[in-house]
Amino acid sequence: MSASFSPGGLLRRPEAGAALGLIAVLVFFAIFGGLTFLKPAGMASWLNVAANLGVIAIPLGLLMIAGELDISVGAMVPFGAMTVAVISGHYGLPIWLGVAVALSFGVIVGLVNGVLVVKTAVPSLIVTLGSLFAVQGIVLGLTVLITKSTSVALTVEGPAKALFGDFVLGGQLQVMVLWWLGLSALYIFFVHVSPFGNWIFAMGGDKVSARNAGIPTDRLTIILFVLSATSAAFVGMCQAILYNSAQVAGGQSFIFNAIISVVVGGVLLTGGFGSVVGIFFGTITFAIVTQGIYYTDFDRNWSSLIIGVLLLGAVLMNNTFRKMALSATTKKKGAKV
Amino acid sequence: MTAPILALRGVNKSFGPIDVLHDITLEVKPGEVLCLLGDNGAGKSTLIKIMSGVHQPSSGMIEMDGQPVSFPTPRVAAEAGISTVHQFGGTFPLMSIGRSFFVGVEPTWGWGPFRVYDRKRANAIAVKAVQDMGITRISDGDRLVGGLSGGERQSLAIARAVHFGARVLILDEPTAALGVKQATHVLRIVNEAKRRGLAVIFITHQVMHAMAVGDHFAVLIRGAVAADFKKGEKTREEITDLMAGGASMASLEAEIEGFMASHDGHPPPPAE
Repeated sequence: MSASFSPGGLLRRPEAGAALGLIAVLVFFAIFGGLTFLKPAGMASWLNVAANLGVIAIPLGLLMIAGELDISVGAMVPFGAMTVAVISGHYGLPIWLGVAVALSFGVIVGLVNGVLVVKTAVPSLIVTLGSLFAVQGIVLGLTVLITKSTSVALTVEGPAKALFGDFVLGGQLQVMVLWWLGLSALYIFFVHVSPFGNWIFAMGGDKVSARNAGIPTDRLTIILFVLSATSAAFVGMCQAILYNSAQVAGGQSFIFNAIISVVVGGVLLTGGFGSVVGIFFGTITFAIVTQGIYYTDFDRNWSSLIIGVLLLGAVLMNNTFRKMALSATTKKKGAKV
Repeated sequence: MTAPILALRGVNKSFGPIDVLHDITLEVKPGEVLCLLGDNGAGKSTLIKIMSGVHQPSSGMIEMDGQPVSFPTPRVAAEAGISTVHQFGGTFPLMSIGRSFFVGVEPTWGWGPFRVYDRKRANAIAVKAVQDMGITRISDGDRLVGGLSGGERQSLAIARAVHFGARVLILDEPTAALGVKQATHVLRIVNEAKRRGLAVIFITHQVMHAMAVGDHFAVLIRGAVAADFKKGEKTREEITDLMAGGASMASLEAEIEGFMASHDGHPPPPAE
C-alpha cells in the first residue's frame, strides 16, 4: 500500500491523526502513572476493554464512512447476552443453539435497520434510535416474562467457553482480544486491500454518484447494518459466556464509546473518509484513557474530562490533517486557482 | 450522413398529474455536440435522467443505433455506453484520483474473495487517461480529488467516461460553477471527446459556452423543444431571447440602456 513516502502521502492517511493521539496518550500516562500500564497485567486491562469495544467500533466506523450511523448497538449487546443466557441458561438448551439464535437476532435487527434506512430514507440516527428503544423493550419485557428476573445465569463449558468467553495467555487476556485482532485483520483486508472497500468510501463520499457508477449501494448499506448489529450481539453473547450471567441493562455505554473511538480514529462524521487502522488506534487510545487513569494518582472521576478533551482535540486535529491532505501536492506542483 | 447514436422520439414524462416533458424529439450523432439550452425548470434535468436511465419516459421511445431500447436502471444505460457527468464532476473529494476513477470497476489482481485492489495500475491508467485529454498537470494518482480545481475535476470525470467506452457523453452544466479559464479547459475537453467520435449532449444555460462547442442546439421551454437548429443559424441574442421565453430579454436590455442614458450612465438601483 505504501510505495511512495511523501509528506502528502502520510497526511492522506486517515490514521495519521489517530496515531499521534495514541502516542500523546501513551506519553501522558507514562509521565503521570509510570509504565505499569504497559506491563502484561496493565496491558490486559486496557486490551480487554479495547477488544470488546473494537469489535463493535470497526463495523460502526464502516457505517460512518458509508455515511450512516447505528446507535442500536447499545441494545444489541444486552440482546445478544440475554438471548444466549435465556436459551442455554434458563432453558438449558445446547449452547450452540443459544449462540446461533443470538447471532441470528443480530442479523435480523441489522436487516430491519438497513431495509428501513434504504427504503424510507429516514436518517439512520432516527431509525436506529427507534430500534435501540424497541430492542431494549423487547429484552426487558421478554426476559421478565420468561424468567421473572432481570438477570439470568448461564454456565458454559467446553469448546464454546474456550472459543467465546474464556481467558487466554496466562488467564488475564479475554479470548475476545484474539477475535478483535483477527477481525481487524479481516476488515483491513476487505476495506483497504480488496476492491470492496472502495465502494464503501465512494458511497460515503457521494451516494448518488456511487449508485450511478454501478455500486449496489442499497445492498451494501444493509450488509453494513447487519454487520454492526451482529457484531454487537456477538460481543454481548461472549460477555454472557465469560461472566456466566446476563443482565437486561448495560450496553448503552458502547454507543458513545464506540462513536468516540471511531471519531478519534479519524473517521469523518459525514462519511467518505477514515480507515480501519485509524479506528483500531482510536479504540486503543480510548481504552488506555479509561484504564490508564487507574495507574495514576488522579481520581478516576477525571477520566471523562480527559476523554472529552481528547475527542475535541482529535476532531480538530483530524480536520487540520484532512485540509493539509487535500492541498498537499497542489502546493508542490505550483499553486493554481 | 451518419445515423444518430441516440434518439428520443416523442418522449413525454409526467410525475403524477404534473407534465414535465412534452413530446421531446431529439437526436445526436457520433462526433457531434448537441447543446441543450434552457432556463431553470425547463426540464433539462428530467430529460438527462430519462436518457441516463434514472427515470423512465411515460410515453415515447428511446432509440440507440436505430433500435428501440429502454434503460430501467442507470447501470443499463451505462452499459449501453451512455455516461453522465454532473455539475461537480460526480467524483469523491476525499478519494484518490486512482480510486475514484475506478469506482465500481476496480482493477484487481489475485483470485476469488482474495482479489486485491491494484493501486499502481489504477493510478497509472487514471493519470494517463486524464493527460491524454490534455490535462497534463495531473501526474500523481494518489492525490485526493478534493484537491483538484473544478475544471480538473470535470476533466477527470469526462476522461473517466471516455476511458470506459462511453459513446454518448451527457454533461450536466459542466461549466456552471467554473471561472472563465477553468471553463475553457472543459470546453477544450468537450472538443477532444467530439474529435474522438463521441456524441456529446451538453446541457447549459450559458449561451457563450454552448456556441463555442455546439454543432446542434435545442432550446427547452417548459418541457417542450421550443427551437431546434444547427450551428450558425441563430445569433447569441436570438438564443438568449429564446431561453428567456421570447423578447423579454431584449426589452429588458433596452430598458436598462434607456435608464442609463438618462441617468449619466448609472445603472438602475437594484430592486428592493
